[in-house]
Amino acid sequence: MKYVDEFRDGDLAKNIAANLAREADPKRHYRLMEFCGGHTHAISRYGLADLLPAHVRMIHGPGCPVCVLPIGRVDQATRLAREQGVILCTYADTVRVPASDNLSLMRAKASGADVRMIYSTQDALKVARDNPGREVVFLAIGFETTTPPTAVAIQQAAAEGLKNFSILCDHVLTPAAMHAILAVEGGVSIDGFVGPAHVSTVIGSKPYEPFADDYGKPVVIAGFEPLDVMQAILMLVRQINEGRAAVENEFTRAVTREGNLKAQQLVTDVFELRDVFEWRGLGSVPKSALKLRPKYAAFDAELKFKVDYVAVPDNKACECAAILRGQKRPQECKIFGTVCTPENPVGSCMVSSEGACAAHYSYGRFRESAA
Amino acid sequence: MCLAIPARIEELTTPGNAIVNLGGVRKEISLALINDAAVGDYVIVHVGYALQKLDEEEALRTLEMFAEMGQIDELRSELGAQ
Repeated sequence: MKYVDEFRDGDLAKNIAANLAREADPKRHYRLMEFCGGHTHAISRYGLADLLPAHVRMIHGPGCPVCVLPIGRVDQATRLAREQGVILCTYADTVRVPASDNLSLMRAKASGADVRMIYSTQDALKVARDNPGREVVFLAIGFETTTPPTAVAIQQAAAEGLKNFSILCDHVLTPAAMHAILAVEGGVSIDGFVGPAHVSTVIGSKPYEPFADDYGKPVVIAGFEPLDVMQAILMLVRQINEGRAAVENEFTRAVTREGNLKAQQLVTDVFELRDVFEWRGLGSVPKSALKLRPKYAAFDAELKFKVDYVAVPDNKACECAAILRGQKRPQECKIFGTVCTPENPVGSCMVSSEGACAAHYSYGRFRESAA
Repeated sequence: MCLAIPARIEELTTPGNAIVNLGGVRKEISLALINDAAVGDYVIVHVGYALQKLDEEEALRTLEMFAEMGQIDELRSELGAQ
């Protein structure tokens, strides 16, 4: 398949690995965070950790939208579906996230609530058009990749006068989360970032420049194929060796410095910054999430149904919070792979295939048992 | 959720939609987020929308970069030989 197979070539991977082995300074430790869950998945699935020198360590970041959604946000959705009788539309990843009262959207559905998995915001609009007598709420989650599709839907709903459609807006921002990771007190030390692939196609490489200029952390934006990730790691090692901190772009086939301006304009028209948003693992982070602008208030389910956010603590045994901050690895959690599995997740990191725990459960743990 | 693969635009449909081929699977997606898409273009598809077009020249350049042999060592030996 074009743009896929050639970026998974084993011989080229060995070549990059050989360059890495030659250039990584054995007297140094390289602690690199892949921010994005898509990279976490690629690293686990293709066994990239085996191709890295022992002193180059990858730390999983919080870039998994399902993982960083706190329980209270999922509770808002289950309450809407169970108590207000709405049709709740959601991306598939979200339905198994554990919520309060032993519920999830999946269990709410099993108990009679009308929860529907959709692929695209266009599907949610269709549900609203097909059910004019019922309220339809779309649980809008995700980073800068899923936000423009939500913006398109809101503009369309406004143009069509679709009065029974609204969204629970949980869209969050990548740069704000990267700031939060670096600001965690006693947090993990990071020498550089592998920057997100698809998020960067939208926002461009420019928003990462403060991390290089102000924090002195190199950032290399990488595609999601295994060779992209390997090459980005090599580029980070080179920057660190040379004492440089710059934003470099390995994913030039899809990412420019300015990003997708059309998508950015749509998002700016529809959304504005929230003062503060609570993240799982990172706590309350100022200016890290979006809400609808007042002119689209009629589409804001939080206002329409007065369904306030109530903070709920995570399960005590669950280490998702520390894992999302990069302070712990999945296998360091007591309930990993025993009580908490992808079939029966306790924490959000075990739910989505991009979650650090799910990725390690599906692929990484076999490396350990073989060792 | 972010695990999308590049897809080829096979047919433009109205309004502002296209049929793409995702590794053999044909699916209708929205082109609302990009400009000037044409049949034959490869796009990154995410939750039913094309997020960005892929640039073939840049892709080839990246593939060449993967194939480079230890450039630092070569440079050093060149410098040493001078």
